[in-house]
Amino acid sequence: MTDVTMRVWRGDADGGDFRPYKISTEGGEVVLDVIHRIQAEQSGDLAVRWNCKAGKCGSCSAEINGKPRLMCMTKMSSFEEGQAITVAPMRTFPIIRDLVTDVSFNFEVAKRVPAFKPKPREADGTHRMAQIDVERGQEFRKCIECYLCQDVCHVIRDHEENKPQYAGPRFFLRYAELEMHPLDTNDRRTIVREQAGVGLCNITKCCTDVCPEHIKITDNAIIPLKERVVDRHYDPVAWLGRKIRRRS
Amino acid sequence: MATDAQTNMAAEIETHELDVLVIGAGGAGLRAAVEAHGRGVKTGVVCKSLLGKAHTVMAEGGMAAALRNVYPEDNWQVHFRDTMRGGKMLNNWRMAQIHAQEAPDRVNELEDWGALFDRTPDGRILQRDFGGHRYARLAHVGDRTGLELIRTLQQRSVARGVEVYMECTIFQLLTSDGKVSGALGYWRETGRFVLFKAKAIVIATGGSGRCFKITSNSWECTGDGHALALRAGADLMDMEFFQFHPTGMVWPLSVRGLLVTEGVRGDGGTLRNGTGHRFMFDYIPAMFQAETADTEEEADAWYDDHAGNRRTPDLLPRDEVARSINSEVKAGRGSPHGGVFLDIASRRSADYIRRRLPSMYHQFMELAGVDITKDPMEVAPTAHYMMGGIRVDADSTAATVPGLFAAGEAAAGLHGSNRLGGNSLSDLVVFGRRAGVAATEYAEGREGAVAVDGGDVAEACAQALSAFEREEGENPYTLHRELQEAMHSLVGIIRTQSEIDQAIDKIGELKERSGNISVEGNRAYNPGWNLTMDLVSMLTVSEAIARSALARRESRGGHTRDDFPGPDPGFGKINHVVRRADDGTISVTPEPLPEMPAELRALFDE
Ligand SMILES: Cc1cc2nc3c(=O)[nH]c(=O)nc-3n(C[C@H](O)[C@H](O)[C@H](O)COP(=O)(O)OP(=O)(O)OC[C@H]3O[C@@H](n4cnc5c(N)ncnc54)[C@H](O)[C@@H]3O)c2cc1C
Ligand code: SF4
Ligand code: SF4
Ligand code: FES
Repeated sequence: MTDVTMRVWRGDADGGDFRPYKISTEGGEVVLDVIHRIQAEQSGDLAVRWNCKAGKCGSCSAEINGKPRLMCMTKMSSFEEGQAITVAPMRTFPIIRDLVTDVSFNFEVAKRVPAFKPKPREADGTHRMAQIDVERGQEFRKCIECYLCQDVCHVIRDHEENKPQYAGPRFFLRYAELEMHPLDTNDRRTIVREQAGVGLCNITKCCTDVCPEHIKITDNAIIPLKERVVDRHYDPVAWLGRKIRRRS
Repeated sequence: MATDAQTNMAAEIETHELDVLVIGAGGAGLRAAVEAHGRGVKTGVVCKSLLGKAHTVMAEGGMAAALRNVYPEDNWQVHFRDTMRGGKMLNNWRMAQIHAQEAPDRVNELEDWGALFDRTPDGRILQRDFGGHRYARLAHVGDRTGLELIRTLQQRSVARGVEVYMECTIFQLLTSDGKVSGALGYWRETGRFVLFKAKAIVIATGGSGRCFKITSNSWECTGDGHALALRAGADLMDMEFFQFHPTGMVWPLSVRGLLVTEGVRGDGGTLRNGTGHRFMFDYIPAMFQAETADTEEEADAWYDDHAGNRRTPDLLPRDEVARSINSEVKAGRGSPHGGVFLDIASRRSADYIRRRLPSMYHQFMELAGVDITKDPMEVAPTAHYMMGGIRVDADSTAATVPGLFAAGEAAAGLHGSNRLGGNSLSDLVVFGRRAGVAATEYAEGREGAVAVDGGDVAEACAQALSAFEREEGENPYTLHRELQEAMHSLVGIIRTQSEIDQAIDKIGELKERSGNISVEGNRAYNPGWNLTMDLVSMLTVSEAIARSALARRESRGGHTRDDFPGPDPGFGKINHVVRRADDGTISVTPEPLPEMPAELRALFDE
């Protein structure tokens, strides 16, 4: 058991601040364990979302020492002894209370995605797909909807005004998945360009960097999606994006 | 009768009027809602977390269905037989039959809704081996099948415009004239109350693993649906049967109980004790001797050729494996941290392991610092699945209170005394759909306005807020921890009369003390207050588990009595039904199993 001081943001939509909690921690613990101990021993009303404590549900997103991360997958041993640890709610979404934010933006965007529309089954009643073809979509379907990529994406992180016309990396992933689905027959290219705002993304790759599922959001989803859209509409930003990428 | 003040209070509460209210947005609840909504009735789903986060998201290995893509010899009869034998014949035979017959259609339907299952070489849905299933039968996506299931159903719900009320917890069901009439909940965000008037209600609230200290279950699994139904007058059944999954992580402490999928053994992993011995060969019960390999050579050959060899004992049903691990550890032959070894590293290539078990690889690497492609895992049993639950009619999922339906882990019957892995995800969609159909029909046929009693509403709300009025009372987190410890050590994997008695006393004491809980802060997103409400459910469910466990003086499936170590044919003919009297006392009554028709019975004579 060692003692640490954890600075946790407490407050609501009207404001708040970081409060220090001195608390003991034992080998192998993650940040979420310590948050739970603060709840049980010091502050029963500390608001936090979590479900699986195994990196599978994407509920416990927060900014730990400024970096968007899952609390249940951030080991206490990853900090130096004596290092200050701050835990703050995601910045891109409005605060509800303490570490809990209002992520309804994402559920609204999800509603705008035109649904999956499969082609008919084969004569023998099956759908035939090769493993290699489903694997592209499977990579994207690993997404646990933690919205850390949405949180880090500067297009909406610093620009509230972009939210209405921007779906964000998590949903570019969803569009790419549907576009690459071997059975799907819907064409979403116009929507992706005109309403989802893929053109606003300038391929900084910050989303890929924070994704706890290690999905290659930019390389495997956004860039192909941009290319597909360009197939139909000339898109100077995508072109610029590709140039930037080649240079770096 | 309600006073004027109470009537006014009820009138001020945010109210939604629905035909069908589904409580729970896991696989069962979402499938029910998609069905009811699709049939044109006004449908709403409530859930305690955000949409897509329900416990179903954690399921790993796969969903069982006799698709016959890998073994054409498979069919619903074999699946039915495996399910019944896994449940030690205590299952509701009709549910087991419906489940085995309808599971393939439900899996195919998910594919039509966008799910991307792993494929066979000829492009069909691939199936994997799991414990207790005679043939490779589990449709899967690596080891994240639950995520695929929930995301597919979530996306289908969204596409169809199903109304979802997220982060809203139901804490009371309302009845009038003996029928369900609504449900009372609170929004987590604000703590404000909300009333749903409904003609029919489907309970799909999942399990109750949080009653135990070491569990694979998420915070939501507090048995709310069981407690709500019981208080509304419904019967529960088989509450003594709790599945301890044989392979939970043991180290570090922080992840103790976290699940290691059975897929590890399905894909070639074996269990070894501290001395390196493959001990499962020492624990093959008579019932499974004919179909289980008794040498390592045969067991290993079975992976590639099921027809010419018998299956490895590593894949015996879960109750058998969990008890065997327990015995090895007790006999001092465990691993350093009090479990046994699960080894796939020495048996399969690193590449194969990473491809077939990506999330296990990730989980051990990031949380335990163990590379499972190089080193064995350490595992021990963890509280995993509630076989018991709300007693339902097999065909319609109707509970014993008119207008109330139940599906998924919240319902009893399909799994008998022990569930086979993979049979839950298929259960969710098979009976979720049926619950949606039956609730719709009930709602459409129901006449007259749905009335709720303002007095009941006011009383439940006042009760819910009482913890704010007390000061210096009990801490809800402390009570929860004490309950988990008592259940774990006294009504856990191995049980005995004196310990169960102690547990019942302890639960009584905790009930008293829970009347004196005080919570800090206000109603907005307050986990301490929310836990206080969940604790009411957990105490009720724990008592039902303990009392049922006391009454079953034998060992069977997920219920092992040290003082009655063998099965007893007399108990093999009965289910335990749990009821609650008006004064709150909980009783357990034996009731005979429904009679299985001769043509199904014949399947067991082979
Ligand atoms: C780690 C793990 C791995 C598993 N792997 C497999 C597997 O490979 N194959 C398999 O078949 N099974 C597996 N299982 C079991 C299976 O996942 C569960 O039994 C199943 O998902 C339960 O689904 P459900 O729809 O009944 O309930 P859940 O998914 O638990 O959903 C319950 C829902 O009810 C809501 N709810 C609860 N109480 C209330 C309330 N009071 N008010 C409002 N809403 C409420 C919750 O918010 C949630 O939305 C696994 C389980 C675990 C823990
Ligand atoms: S790559 Fe695009 S989507 Fe991702 S963070 Fe950068 S701008 Fe946002
Ligand atoms: S893509 Fe990755 S970071 Fe974004 S929501 Fe999904 S899992 Fe989270
Ligand atoms: S709690 Fe599920 S991802 Fe952290």
